[in-house]
Amino acid sequence: MKIVYDGTLDPRQCKAVLGETIPAMAAEDPDVIYLDADLMNCIGTAKWAAEHPERAINCGIAEANMVGVAAGLAAAGFKPIVHTFGPFASRRCFDQVFLSAGYAKNDITIIGTDPGVTATLNGGTHMPFEDVGIYRTLPGATVIDVTDPTMLISVLRQCKDRPGVKYIRVGRKQYARVYADGSELPIGKAVTLREGTDVVIFAVGIMIHEAMQAAIELEKEGVSAAVVDMFTIKPLDVEAVVDWAKKCGAVVVAENHNRNGGLYSAVSEVLAERCPTPAAVVAVEDEFGEVGPQGYLQERFGLTAAHVAEAARSVLKRK
Amino acid sequence: MENMNEIKAFAAKIRIAAIEAIHAIGQGHIGGALSMADALAVLYGREMRYDPKNPKWPDRDKLVVSKGHAGPAVYGTLALLGFFPYEQLKTMNRPHTNLPSHCDRNKTPGVDMTTGSLGQGTSLAAGMALGDKLKGRDNRVFLIVGDGESNEGQVWEAFAFAAAKKLGNLVVLLDWNKRQLDGWTKDVYPMGDYVAKFEAFGFDTVKVDGNDVEAVAAALERTRAGGDKPYAIVLDTVKGAGVAEVAEKTMNHSLPVSDEQYERWTAQLRAEIEALEG
Repeated sequence: MKIVYDGTLDPRQCKAVLGETIPAMAAEDPDVIYLDADLMNCIGTAKWAAEHPERAINCGIAEANMVGVAAGLAAAGFKPIVHTFGPFASRRCFDQVFLSAGYAKNDITIIGTDPGVTATLNGGTHMPFEDVGIYRTLPGATVIDVTDPTMLISVLRQCKDRPGVKYIRVGRKQYARVYADGSELPIGKAVTLREGTDVVIFAVGIMIHEAMQAAIELEKEGVSAAVVDMFTIKPLDVEAVVDWAKKCGAVVVAENHNRNGGLYSAVSEVLAERCPTPAAVVAVEDEFGEVGPQGYLQERFGLTAAHVAEAARSVLKRK
Repeated sequence: MENMNEIKAFAAKIRIAAIEAIHAIGQGHIGGALSMADALAVLYGREMRYDPKNPKWPDRDKLVVSKGHAGPAVYGTLALLGFFPYEQLKTMNRPHTNLPSHCDRNKTPGVDMTTGSLGQGTSLAAGMALGDKLKGRDNRVFLIVGDGESNEGQVWEAFAFAAAKKLGNLVVLLDWNKRQLDGWTKDVYPMGDYVAKFEAFGFDTVKVDGNDVEAVAAALERTRAGGDKPYAIVLDTVKGAGVAEVAEKTMNHSLPVSDEQYERWTAQLRAEIEALEG
């Protein structure tokens, strides 16, 4: 694993990565089967699916049934990978995920695309700020907020053979490039992207880039900010949280999610039990989404580098 | 079991076993367990392929009881077939039991799928049927759905899926026992004509007397042909069938079973078995 972050975008769109990786995994493993709810064209799998109807099942716009079918396929010996947009991959079908997959021990991987503000022009109906919170309540689940295309490939391949329900939230467009091509990111292990001593920023997803930019700004002010990629929100790398909180004595959590139930909640639970530490959050307040370009939405919901830097300054005063 | 009297006796034994389990804990989902005892007797008595010594055999026929609260009848059937000791029936719903109120594939040998949250077994069964077909297995998947359960929208999503994907290895048995927890389905939530619904969805459909083992056997025999259409058998049943005192009560979804009732009902069923077995 090599960190190559320089603030520039990875040239690959994540939808193209999904469109290549899922067929590649199916070619390598005869038990991989892919299910979608009429959104194959949104992640570039449609052409391959048409050529391989036995490996790619279009379940129509019926997500609850899709999840049940995936669980049934798991019982028949398959390793299902399910895709739909984030709100439909979480709220719409969570009871089926919880019981037919989780409780019944039918192991499946679910990809929820366009998390939070990355739903942009689809607007509030399609903008999940709560999917992580929902999935965190599922015993034994793995919950991942993807950082960049390289990580997407790495975690997809790990999830295939990992027990339990795996939920991967990822935007379909470009992300800032963080990891060198071919890097492996072990699930459950936080990654230190930037060392620091005054404050630690635990970030995920699109907020990684904002956190890195904030750390650069803070450095100019003489503040040493560490940035840690907490891409596995469950199971959380508890030791990384404790170690960094003790080392820096001040914590910022940055996530493209409601402040309730997501990474901030997960980190706060650890801090409360293991090492009470002043913490601040950069996340969506308790609000619904709305329509607009991503830049507008990041400003609207307070998800920019400036917001991260401000949160760091504020928590440092409470140190 | 090719002899119909044997199947009838098996159905009576399933009823006794279900009552044993419910009586041991004092109360349980008796009405919907009794209504489908005849279908279970035909399925396990002559239609399904399975091995009690190898309950996870991948090529076995599978049964998904989506109305998972009918667990007592399923457990009775499996115990009679030797999937686990008959005495275990008395542990139902007690701490650490392998026989929870609703079916659990991870606890009970012979239970093919975890069910209980109504509607969910339908999609699971469709996925299992699709998976078996894609794996090249020549088995079938049987799915028992309650009529009250069919209030759930997921049931109809799953039926649409089964027809769209041409799952001719899936056989749906709808236990049309006409009652749900709050009373008669015609009063609580009338669902209309099930045969017309299944046909419109693209199923090969028949309706039979679901408490007549010969009629159920004939309907199931037709489904051996497979093909491109899933099968639906609407079982016209009585909730509580086989025990008049239960069947006569409108609100018979879950009832207590006293020692006196247990003795009387099982004695009557044993007399029926004796008459059938001569």
